[in-house]
Amino acid sequence: MRVPLERIAIARSGDKGNAANVGVIALTESAYPVLVREVTTERVKAHFRTVCRGDVVRYELPNLGALNFLLHESLGGGGTVSLMLDAQGKTFGAAMLGLEVDAPDDVVEACDRVRRGERSGRPAAG
Amino acid sequence: MTRIVRVASGQGFWGDWQEAPKLQVRHGPIDYLMLDYLAEITMSILQKQKRKDPAAGYARDFVPLVVELAPELVAKGVRVVSNAGGVNPGACRAALVEGLREAETGRPLRIATVTGDDLLERLDTLLAAGHELRNMETGEPLAEIRDRVESANAYIGATPIVEALRREADVVVTGRSTDTALTYAPLIHEHGWATDDWDRIAAGIVAGHINECGAQGAGGNTLLDWEGVDLVTPGYPIIESDPDGSFVVTKHPDLGGRVTWATVSEQLVYEMGDPAAYITPDAIADFGSIKLEDLGGDRVRVSGVRGSERTGHLKVSIAYRAGWKAVGTLVYAAPDAVAKARRADEVLRGRLQRLGLAFEEIRTEILGAGACLGRDPAALPRDVRDGLPEVELRVGVRSEVRSAVDRFTRELAPLILAGPPTVTGFAGGRPRVQEVMAYWPALIERAAVERELRVEVTDA
Repeated sequence: MRVPLERIAIARSGDKGNAANVGVIALTESAYPVLVREVTTERVKAHFRTVCRGDVVRYELPNLGALNFLLHESLGGGGTVSLMLDAQGKTFGAAMLGLEVDAPDDVVEACDRVRRGERSGRPAAG
Repeated sequence: MTRIVRVASGQGFWGDWQEAPKLQVRHGPIDYLMLDYLAEITMSILQKQKRKDPAAGYARDFVPLVVELAPELVAKGVRVVSNAGGVNPGACRAALVEGLREAETGRPLRIATVTGDDLLERLDTLLAAGHELRNMETGEPLAEIRDRVESANAYIGATPIVEALRREADVVVTGRSTDTALTYAPLIHEHGWATDDWDRIAAGIVAGHINECGAQGAGGNTLLDWEGVDLVTPGYPIIESDPDGSFVVTKHPDLGGRVTWATVSEQLVYEMGDPAAYITPDAIADFGSIKLEDLGGDRVRVSGVRGSERTGHLKVSIAYRAGWKAVGTLVYAAPDAVAKARRADEVLRGRLQRLGLAFEEIRTEILGAGACLGRDPAALPRDVRDGLPEVELRVGVRSEVRSAVDRFTRELAPLILAGPPTVTGFAGGRPRVQEVMAYWPALIERAAVERELRVEVTDA
């Protein structure tokens, strides 16, 4: 089914100079391959087109079921140079979770159970 | 014999919750309390304070905190490791000595300071000796901006902290030690890890990364069931380290917060660059090697961390003056709040243009209509945009010319009577003109800094 990324992942973001970093973490083991397939650098660049002026680089962390993105030239100069409200990219993580992805029904349902606290999430990897 | 060492996080930045370190000491057993006060911007602020007052330039909040906790630190055998010394660890120590005069600790507290990271005074000597301190991103030599440098500090690692602990310091006060070293230096000391035991030091780096942001490593900012986390009295993270390098992240059981695979994972990816190369002065950690196991009951086991040899260089964080800026806001209410805010922006820009002021950048954001992601309100669905009850117009300017920025700060208030209708939210007065500090990341040969590092010990 087509769902916002927030159904199958959580995220956190911060700054690295003028780049923002966005880490995306799968809620279950089976959600990680969906992230790898769906959350591509091209789609992330398009999703953040209003702020990201540079390249998007992706790193894969299968042990953590996570992807890390660096969004270059996204913080208006970074640090205290920036005039942006969110000069540290703190809100980018939650914004990433608005990206629409295609995920198998059973993957989404398993993630929904994690969200509802009916089963614990990710580990078992590694 | 397996000796578990417990390092508790008590502060994640200067301005963090002041109750946290007290709760860490009072709500259960810990061996070390790490307090991180420094960020890039902090160093230049502290240099400015020191220029005005030679006895300033450190995190002042640290002193009354240690003085208050001193009897408990002694009674419980808890040692403190902090970078509160900023650009003046000696002054921080002097203030501690003074404060501890009245403290009833039963025995003197041994305070150690670590100095030598501050390169500001030595900058010209270093440049003359051929250290170009080129900008890591642009490749330009420091000479380009030398006359505008406000602060220059090398990020130093665990070695001097370990020496201080070996000399039985109760409180270790450093300058720009890395945030992570504040956690792993006690582990190197207690477990006796070799300086080239890259995997174990890398495990310590991961532990330090979890500790360095305070509550954020234990449920603060978590996106998974954030409404269910007790954040009134959060327990900050505690690392329980095994001599083999593996560790458990936990918190005191009777405090709030949360430690699960999710909260630890979220903190692990925070401010992450290339996960395979998390570079510190003491080793390079591979965050891709981390294995997590959620043990339940707010306990997460971290193992499998691999590291590799440290580099021959240290990173230097240089801050330099780069002009002036100011940010002003006004609130516009419905109907047509967005349209009114945009008209106000046009009027403001027209007046600035008419004055012939030179700005490097003028940035307009409309808060409440997508500003966090730099979205144009025009991109909002029309019914959403037109239905907003109020928005905040936020305009920022930056210029090399201070008078231009100053004049900008005087052009906002006139909009209250000479602008679009339904304006409010101007009670804060004129915006403040701020000096812009830009960053100049550079590398320096390790030896040039390390031969100047000093550890001094005083009993107070």
